[in-house]
Amino acid sequence: MPQEHNPANLRTEVDRLLAEGAIEAASRRLAELWRREPGSATAAFVGSRADQLRDKLPLTKFKLAILRSFTVEPIVPPLRAEAFAYGIDLEVHIGDFNTYVQDFVDAKSSLYRFAPNAVVLAVRTEDVAPELTHQFADLAPEAARQAAHRVASGYEQWINSFRQHSQAALIIHSLERPARPSLGVVDGQSETGQSGLIRHINSELRRIAGSHRGVYVLDYEGLVARYGSEHWHDERKWLMARLPISAENLLPMAREWMRFLVPLSGRTAKALVVDLDNTLWGGIIGEDGMTGIKIGPEHPGAAFQALQRALLDLSRRGILLAICSKNNLDDAMEALDKHPGMLLRSTHFAAVRINWGDKSQNIREIAQELNIGTDSLAFLDDNPFEREQVRAALPEVTVIDVPQNPAEYAAIVRDCPVFERLTLSAEDQQRTAMYAEQRQRADAEHSFQSKEDFFRFLEQEAELSPVSDLTLARIAQLTQKTNQFNLTTRRYSEAQIAEMANQPGWNIFSIRVRDRFGDHGVVGVAIAHDQGGQCEVDTFLLSCRVIGRTVETALLAHIAKCAAERGCRRIVGWFLPTRKNAPARDFYPQHQFELVEQNANGSLWAFDLTRQEVAFPKWVKLITVN
Amino acid sequence: MASDLFGVPADRITATSSPETLENWDSVQHLNLVLALEEKFGMQLSPEEIEQMKSIGDTAKLIESKLQATPR
Repeated sequence: MPQEHNPANLRTEVDRLLAEGAIEAASRRLAELWRREPGSATAAFVGSRADQLRDKLPLTKFKLAILRSFTVEPIVPPLRAEAFAYGIDLEVHIGDFNTYVQDFVDAKSSLYRFAPNAVVLAVRTEDVAPELTHQFADLAPEAARQAAHRVASGYEQWINSFRQHSQAALIIHSLERPARPSLGVVDGQSETGQSGLIRHINSELRRIAGSHRGVYVLDYEGLVARYGSEHWHDERKWLMARLPISAENLLPMAREWMRFLVPLSGRTAKALVVDLDNTLWGGIIGEDGMTGIKIGPEHPGAAFQALQRALLDLSRRGILLAICSKNNLDDAMEALDKHPGMLLRSTHFAAVRINWGDKSQNIREIAQELNIGTDSLAFLDDNPFEREQVRAALPEVTVIDVPQNPAEYAAIVRDCPVFERLTLSAEDQQRTAMYAEQRQRADAEHSFQSKEDFFRFLEQEAELSPVSDLTLARIAQLTQKTNQFNLTTRRYSEAQIAEMANQPGWNIFSIRVRDRFGDHGVVGVAIAHDQGGQCEVDTFLLSCRVIGRTVETALLAHIAKCAAERGCRRIVGWFLPTRKNAPARDFYPQHQFELVEQNANGSLWAFDLTRQEVAFPKWVKLITVN
Repeated sequence: MASDLFGVPADRITATSSPETLENWDSVQHLNLVLALEEKFGMQLSPEEIEQMKSIGDTAKLIESKLQATPR
């Protein structure tokens, strides 16, 4: 049961833990303090304590340079505190006022000596485009257009210069349009008013940024709009200290920078694990049933639909979704797949853990199943006790705090910087689909009435051919690298295979497998030689890719049949155990071979070809090549 | 607060601590102090009031008088 820490107690506790040398615990409490009381006052405390911890924790080091035309210093402490909370040890270099052009162009500038990982260019419209702000009313339209063009070209030249000296990421604040245009309402009526021209510069900025690798535009205007232009600015602070951002918006500015810094530093989440009851829908499915849970286009279900839309958007960025819920599987799956208000269905989830077990353990299993580290997971649960339990057991998981009101969930998830991506590939957008398909395949295997149905479903074809020039190299390679399904583990070179092939009485076969999912290529080899009326299997191996679907039976059946056709009365083979070939140990007995000899090296098995045959699997299509 | 901002242990800060006696109390930290005070006490400090903050003692007196002046 987590204790209620109030911030004052947390500060003393952090210092006590630091004095005791309890680094991990101190770090967790410090992050908790920042979460509960983010702001300029706490930032100083967090910063000074984080500085004592940084060398002892596995933080990602990141160097940020800020080039600017206004005061940004007060944004840095909250920025460093946020960075600490996301596992980043941020070192910041601030350029001098309005020296950004020299900083970019001069190869020996302090900017390049600092060798940043990323650079923020935070310049006000008034400073980079004075003609378009204070002097706009004096400009004829053509002169105004040229001024805009000069500004855009300026950016283009600085970016080109920058790229000649550094491959660091560059994050450029877009220009703000004036809140009160020079010419009043008529300004908004044309593309060449102040607003129109600044919009044009911003779209040029986006074009220029897009033509370079690692150059990004930060939508400063969008940020200001979200918080409200009237409240974003502080005229008094501007006049006093050249700080155009009001005190309560310093943290939002820092957080906007974090939306770039987190993906740049790699501390992103690859998957989001979500709870079900009161997280994806209102209510508890086990108690309220399908008709009682709230999920749909109207209040209160609408809030949960908004969250589901946010999750869908995350999955379109390549972020995997998973479920971890304490519920009866059937109840939960029914709601997930059948409730008409759901926007998400079970196919949207790459992993599902619905049981009554401990969530931390389930989350560990989800990470393993998805083949990612727990430090790449984020967790969303309405229940603060579950959140604390996961935080305590898995401090590397990004646990998202949500308030009581579900209407706020979607925005909080969308604001979380661990979900930001700076590029999207086509593969990202299909990633969830690939996982869902794989789960379906695995599910299909479980849902088939019998294994035979599954084998039939696979529509396998086995192409069996004697060794040829085309398959010689691959056959030799398979003898050299196959360890698991390999009965005798004899290694042959191409020359040796070629020599064997020329000897009378020696038969070398390759098996190539195709199924409904594609062509697996040559995946198996059998080498047998006839001696005194019996066929001895010298080598029998298969790539583990095709084990367990009767392909091994197909290969054995084929060589047995060929042996019988050649007049052999028996087929025999050794099983020589190694540390790795346990998967092949029961192969012969499973096919009704009898044990005839056992010694220190292994066991010898025999099959009477005059009285029995090894049945070729009915669901595999045999193709022979001569 | 001053201890955190100026990186000095709290027991070394007195009413007479000022930009002259605390090395880290430069104009940037002064601004940070103003912002932290405004945030913590929910008030706005005017340029004139900020001028008055010449030492820790002055600052404390200023905050106190503002808190008393505006009943909350």
